[in-house]
Amino acid sequence: MDHLSILENKSIFIIREAYYRFRNIAMLWSVGKDSTTLLWLVRKAFFGKVPFPVIHIDTTYKFPEMYRFRDEYAKKWGLDLIVGRNEGQVAAGMGPKKGSKLDCCNELKTNALKQVIEKNGFKALLLGIRRDEHGIRAKERVFSPRDGNFKWNYEDQPAELWDQYKSTAEEDNHFRIHPILHMTELDIWNYIRRENIPISELYFSKEGKRFRSIGCLPCCGPVESKASNIDEIIHELETTHTSERAGRAQDKEDAYTMQKLRSLGYM
Amino acid sequence: MEEKSLHIVIVGHVDHGKSTLVGRLFFDTGSLPPEKLEEIKKTCEAMGKELEFAYVMDNLEEEREKGITIDIAHTFFMTQKRRYVIIDAPGHKEFLKNMISGTSQAEAALLLVDISRGIQEQTLRHCHILSLLGIKQVAVLVNKMDLVDYSEASFREVDSGIRKVLSSLNIKPAYVVPISASKGENVAKRTEKLSWYNGPSVLQALDSFETLSIEDKGLRFPVQDIYSFDGEEVAVGRVEAGSLKKGQEVFVLPQKRRSKVVEIRKFLADGITEAPTGDCVGILIEGAGLKRGQILTDEVKSDITDTIRANIFWMVDKDYKLGIPVTFKCATQEVKGRIEKIHRRFDPASVEIVENNASIIKPAEIAEVDIKLDSPVTVDKFSDVPELGRFVLEHAGFPVAGGIII
Repeated sequence: MDHLSILENKSIFIIREAYYRFRNIAMLWSVGKDSTTLLWLVRKAFFGKVPFPVIHIDTTYKFPEMYRFRDEYAKKWGLDLIVGRNEGQVAAGMGPKKGSKLDCCNELKTNALKQVIEKNGFKALLLGIRRDEHGIRAKERVFSPRDGNFKWNYEDQPAELWDQYKSTAEEDNHFRIHPILHMTELDIWNYIRRENIPISELYFSKEGKRFRSIGCLPCCGPVESKASNIDEIIHELETTHTSERAGRAQDKEDAYTMQKLRSLGYM
Repeated sequence: MEEKSLHIVIVGHVDHGKSTLVGRLFFDTGSLPPEKLEEIKKTCEAMGKELEFAYVMDNLEEEREKGITIDIAHTFFMTQKRRYVIIDAPGHKEFLKNMISGTSQAEAALLLVDISRGIQEQTLRHCHILSLLGIKQVAVLVNKMDLVDYSEASFREVDSGIRKVLSSLNIKPAYVVPISASKGENVAKRTEKLSWYNGPSVLQALDSFETLSIEDKGLRFPVQDIYSFDGEEVAVGRVEAGSLKKGQEVFVLPQKRRSKVVEIRKFLADGITEAPTGDCVGILIEGAGLKRGQILTDEVKSDITDTIRANIFWMVDKDYKLGIPVTFKCATQEVKGRIEKIHRRFDPASVEIVENNASIIKPAEIAEVDIKLDSPVTVDKFSDVPELGRFVLEHAGFPVAGGIII
């Protein structure tokens, strides 16, 4: 079996395992390349259907291209789309310029997600994070339990062996499930090329710049790049040495911002 | 380049240099992004330390402050030959469940031994775990050679000691390599300082390992779930051993009911006639419906039993006492039961047997046990079909032990 098929099968196994264990499940779709790949894998796992809601956490600061892409494919793929917004904080003017970036991410992403989970009572969420993105994400389990306060207890994670994932215990509020944890950035692009997965135009070079990782407009910087199609992106990644999240401001405030965000329930 | 990535786990006693080795390997092969190096330099400066290669892997604030690895980290690495997934495991006894989680995903291991300390408690414990989990490809790295001035005599002593330990556990190390991870000697390239040594560097040793080939075995297809989206029942699962063919006669275990594979289904793929080992597919079969936990096979060769004889390793910090209920999880099977008999238990960090016919199992011990289940399951010996010969025990929703069927 080829490399990409090995990775795909691993993801599909995890997605089906999660759906078996928690019928009351949803997936997070940021509209970026990773969660769009995850969405594609979910469609493959369920023979073209997505049998649970797809949540887009909307900070209101996303790129216009992302909103357009979201609405187009939500319709095309018949998604049950939930848009989660922390309305109170949006109305109060929360933004990356007001307070720290950590506060902004925490309110408009993590707390918006909390509200969606509470309202819908989801017992598990599928997320498209990957181990090679960030040192903290490299420590994640495939099934990662969160308590009532959404805390990630990274100092005492359950054992996970031979694709046997932890069952629910009394103190578990919900599970974060990570079906593409084992894929690298290069794997994702190779898989997108093989499967012909539609992807936001922001990733392709315009006037010498492109986005390598997309999120909120004020906190995402493009990288210098001439790669204007998938083949060129793959070629660029095979030769580059800068890291993927170099353009993401929330990782950079201090060395442990990502750890703090994630322990509070950030994706 | 090879298609399959090789998963390597780095094990050994606390402070013998596991994370430093991985950091060094990344640095010396130019696999470290410049901003990552900047971040590490800045953090080390703020802490008033020299550049610490271990921080490539140790990313938690607690890990860096205490200078220890708490949990496994996976990183990705590539040579001309193949892709690697490097799993850095913690060395402390308290984090054993994390070490085991990492090792269970590996096909090969690098075992580090600090030349100035020699074989210690967790070295022994980790050797036992490697042996129990069936990891046959092992290279020993004798680290911190700079502390003994790259002395051949000191190396020979540790070399023969560790070979003895491993051979008692039926592991023959592929190489025993003298290195200095912090100085980068013999990691990515050979060094003049070890001119008396003729073997490979760490990088060459890695490339000489082999990815495990898929053996030609009988079919094992555990049913994972049943979907009936359009009024049609499709059973999904992963081919764990052998291959599944359209039109094939099968047995549904543990009931031993005969059936036939009518169709193999995948999204966006038509006319599938065969699914190889590792493939996740949907199937339609003749006759009554399937349910999760049933196993499709081509012959009835597996054991159908409610009593499991196994070696288990206890991973949590509470004792097991005879009679405490557990859940047995093997492939997609999940059955309640309890340990009925503890034939013997021992601490793998020491050599003696602790107790025969015991009534408890203590943290980090290994025990040979009989597990009595509420209903029969389909299993194989680990040495025959690993996928159906290994299991996890849970208690109150937490994984407490892993086991190997003997």
